[in-house]
Amino acid sequence: MYEFEFKRPGTIADAVAALGAEEAQLLGGGQTLLPTMKQRLAAPAVLVSLGGVAEMQGVCTDDAGRICVGGASTHAAVAAATADSYPALSHLAGHIGDPAVRNRGTIGGSLANNDPAACYPAAVLASGANVVTNTREIAADDFFEGMFTTALNDGEIITEVKFPVPVAASYQKFLQPASRFALTGVFVAKFAGAVRVAVTGASEDGVFRWSEAEAALSGNFSPEAVDGLSVSADGMIADMHGSAAYRANLVKVMTKRAVAACG
Amino acid sequence: MPKDSGIGASSKRREDVRFLTGNGNYTDDINLHGQTYVHFLRSDVAHGRLNKVDTSVAAEMPGVVRVFTGADFEGVGGLPCGWQVTDKHGNPMQEPAHPVLAQGKVRHVGDPIAAVVAETAAQARNAAEAIELDIEELPAVIDMKEAVKEGATKVHDDLESNLCYDWGFVEENKAAVDAAFEAAAHVTTLELVNQRLVANPMEPRVAVGDYNRSTGDSTLYTTSQNPHVIRLLMGAFVLGIPEHKLRVVAPDVGGGFGSKIFHYAEEAFCTFAAKALARPVKWTSSRSEAFISDAHGRDHVTKIQLALDADNNFTALRTDTYANMGAYLSTFAPSVPTWLHGTLMAGNYKTPLIYVNVKAVFTNTVAVDAYRGAGRPEATYQLERVVDKAARELGVDPIALRRQNFITEFPYATPVAVEYDTGDYNATMDKLLEMVDRDGFDARAAESAKSGKLRGFGVNTYIEACGIAPSALVGQLGARAGLYESATVRVNATGGLVVMTGSHSHGQGHETAFPQVVADMIGIPEDMVEVVHGDTANTPMGMGTYGSRSLAVGGSAIVRATEKIINKAKKIAAHLMEASEGDIELKDGQFTVAGTDKSVAWGDVTLAAYVPHNYPLEELEPGLEETAFYDPANFTYPAGAYACEVEVDPDTGKVTICSFAAADDFGNVVNPMIVEGQVHGGLAQGIGQALLEGAVYDENGQLLSASYMDYAMPRADDLPSFQVDHSCATPCTHNPLGVKGCGEAGAIGSPPAVVNAVVDALQRGGHNVTHIDMPLSPGRVWQAMND
Repeated sequence: MYEFEFKRPGTIADAVAALGAEEAQLLGGGQTLLPTMKQRLAAPAVLVSLGGVAEMQGVCTDDAGRICVGGASTHAAVAAATADSYPALSHLAGHIGDPAVRNRGTIGGSLANNDPAACYPAAVLASGANVVTNTREIAADDFFEGMFTTALNDGEIITEVKFPVPVAASYQKFLQPASRFALTGVFVAKFAGAVRVAVTGASEDGVFRWSEAEAALSGNFSPEAVDGLSVSADGMIADMHGSAAYRANLVKVMTKRAVAACG
Repeated sequence: MPKDSGIGASSKRREDVRFLTGNGNYTDDINLHGQTYVHFLRSDVAHGRLNKVDTSVAAEMPGVVRVFTGADFEGVGGLPCGWQVTDKHGNPMQEPAHPVLAQGKVRHVGDPIAAVVAETAAQARNAAEAIELDIEELPAVIDMKEAVKEGATKVHDDLESNLCYDWGFVEENKAAVDAAFEAAAHVTTLELVNQRLVANPMEPRVAVGDYNRSTGDSTLYTTSQNPHVIRLLMGAFVLGIPEHKLRVVAPDVGGGFGSKIFHYAEEAFCTFAAKALARPVKWTSSRSEAFISDAHGRDHVTKIQLALDADNNFTALRTDTYANMGAYLSTFAPSVPTWLHGTLMAGNYKTPLIYVNVKAVFTNTVAVDAYRGAGRPEATYQLERVVDKAARELGVDPIALRRQNFITEFPYATPVAVEYDTGDYNATMDKLLEMVDRDGFDARAAESAKSGKLRGFGVNTYIEACGIAPSALVGQLGARAGLYESATVRVNATGGLVVMTGSHSHGQGHETAFPQVVADMIGIPEDMVEVVHGDTANTPMGMGTYGSRSLAVGGSAIVRATEKIINKAKKIAAHLMEASEGDIELKDGQFTVAGTDKSVAWGDVTLAAYVPHNYPLEELEPGLEETAFYDPANFTYPAGAYACEVEVDPDTGKVTICSFAAADDFGNVVNPMIVEGQVHGGLAQGIGQALLEGAVYDENGQLLSASYMDYAMPRADDLPSFQVDHSCATPCTHNPLGVKGCGEAGAIGSPPAVVNAVVDALQRGGHNVTHIDMPLSPGRVWQAMND
């Protein structure tokens, strides 16, 4: 790790100000950034930790019934706070990495990084959540722009994520054997008017909505509704853990399992 | 009733107290006054010509003491290879130079090019980034079969080719084997890969070199399984330091699995640099560095054929293997695919004719050497897979086919040059079948089918050669060292004992098990016996720990030294009791005169030895300390039968191990709890190989699985609760304890059981899959089902 200056502001405003420094970088839980820095693959001059920003911590429910998660909330905190209000989200947060990861990693850090195998992007996209920043509110459909790419501008901070709560939902993750990230994970969210299906881990473009499944499930919310659909292997990730065809298969299998788990 | 101490007791591992409370003393815990730190600049290309290494900027960086390059080692020896294999034409293997730091070329990702010594580790690393390199990239040689083709790029320009050796075993039998295949009623052929693995001990390697300016002595603290071997190899072949001026210390070591047997460049560097700088030099490997600098294991590509007669008797076996050596010959690399592999190809079967061909190949990859089992897992895997495939082709029960061909009479001389002293393969198979409830399989399979899963059952046997090894024999086979073991037993005046052994303990529990043996022989509490190991300054020359040899060879040396102690103590006791030496008996720590009520305690005798006021000084020297060297008469042959039951999810290809049973014959057992622990660990590693682990290089020689993000280690939740048994003991006939060794069995015996079970599950599910190469990851299993 190279030397860097460490700042721990107490407010969003101070964090924004601190980020103005040359080569400054936000630090959420550091579960991606710190290993990268240790390998000397990243060398920010200033690290601005969000761990001290009290207004970005915690989970509440707004007037519209949405679950509002502070951007600096850890996975463990989200898992604990949403167990009753949004069990599928709680389950997802409670199964990211291991306890050490869950007690350091944050929702804002995960979304801003947008790792193609991360879990949270699937929940945010399937829920139709809004990502709130210090300057605006971004709909999930507009937020994710491809592998490790989001709509965030330089210096923009994810302060909160607002999740509409579906009638039923489930996240089914098939583990990559080594990292235990999602080799493919599917989040199915059934709302009164529509079904949303978001897939992580599979595509070279990062998290995506499987619109054919959404259409089929909106008419018939059962695992069988997906049977007739096929998923193209084009654009799927291929590596030592699975071919593109294998991941395409997992998209369908995990979608069916998620629908079945919705009960 | 189980014993509560001595041989056969499950005494608790005394070393665990310090390990589990953070009080171990590992090499990285050793920090010396004035210590400096080294960072190795390693090649990030697999193959290239080193045109320039400019250290001028780095040398001026803050904290830098000195920057070393290959040029500093031009007058120094290279890393030696400890085993010479002779090829099928009678010629010695091709043996390339192995410089401490790269000279002229880099040959794998991770090859050390330069070493920066600085006041802090961070300063050393910073300065290493300022070294300017000009590397002209050359095509990487990765695929073994491509590597030995005419005109292939050479890893070593001064060698004739990338072929280290072409070994035939037994060459004289080849024609007879081929004839048996011509005459066979059935031939089963299988092509398979025994994939490359990374050892991944919990503690990465560390070395601290020190030099004493007043005495001119060098000391190396290192994470080694065999400090005397390192002292001999490094002193004699690399640095030219005689043993009396060189001390090697391997303190607590956090696992080795073979990867810490070998003499590594970093050890030689730290010792050399400490002398050059007259300051201690420390290197601590990171996990990332370990992936590209620790010797890897396995990496065989094999075609095996089994010939059977019309009655399903095995008539001949032949194999054709490409074995990856990597870019350089690691210390024992040439012996692994030959003498530790070819000699085991008979397995548990009386196949009369066997021919093994092995082509060892240089590639632009990390060196490959012994890894838990070393050659024997490769032999067991291919043999037990081809036997299983033969049973399926012939439509016979795989267990019955095995039983029909078992060796049942001992001693048994195999056609591959070894003689099994004892064994009872039907007994372990019977025990295994008792453990697994095979009759209940159909009901369990039906239950699995209800949730859409395919259930399968796989079985295999194994045999291994442990207790390595008779020195005269291995000398004939090309070993450049003896493989005896040593022990000094020092009795103190008040009766406590110290056992100084050349067997190093790095997880095996020697500090507990060895005292059980000594205490049992004398009849005193185990806590009166302490074990000292790991320091060449205070232990006799020993060959270290590998090949499941510590109890069979090191333990035997301890028995011999203790026998000498007891013999002398009896003489002293006879004098004290004014009796004849021949009438003295030792039991429960008391010397008695047969047929009388006279007795003296152990402590009275030991005190007399050191306070010889009433002592037969004219006949006997005072003191009570003896040394023994034990050279085994033969290998030992642990064997057993393993069974695995799996569930396969056909939608995802995910394999779940429902149960795993191991019935082992380890001969006599000193500490059943430690033996069970060794088997559990071995099974975890073997199942890890079968389902999860694999080192993967791309065509450019980049290691794709270079971290735990992609290299899948087995975890507790990947494994079932194991059923293990070692009651079917046929004691070894040629060592005093009757023990065989248990350290590697689990890793040797388990991969074929897992793969056999998965193939069984898929075939029961109607899939025409006859083989899948390890690791049987979900992606591979699904692909096999859908191709």
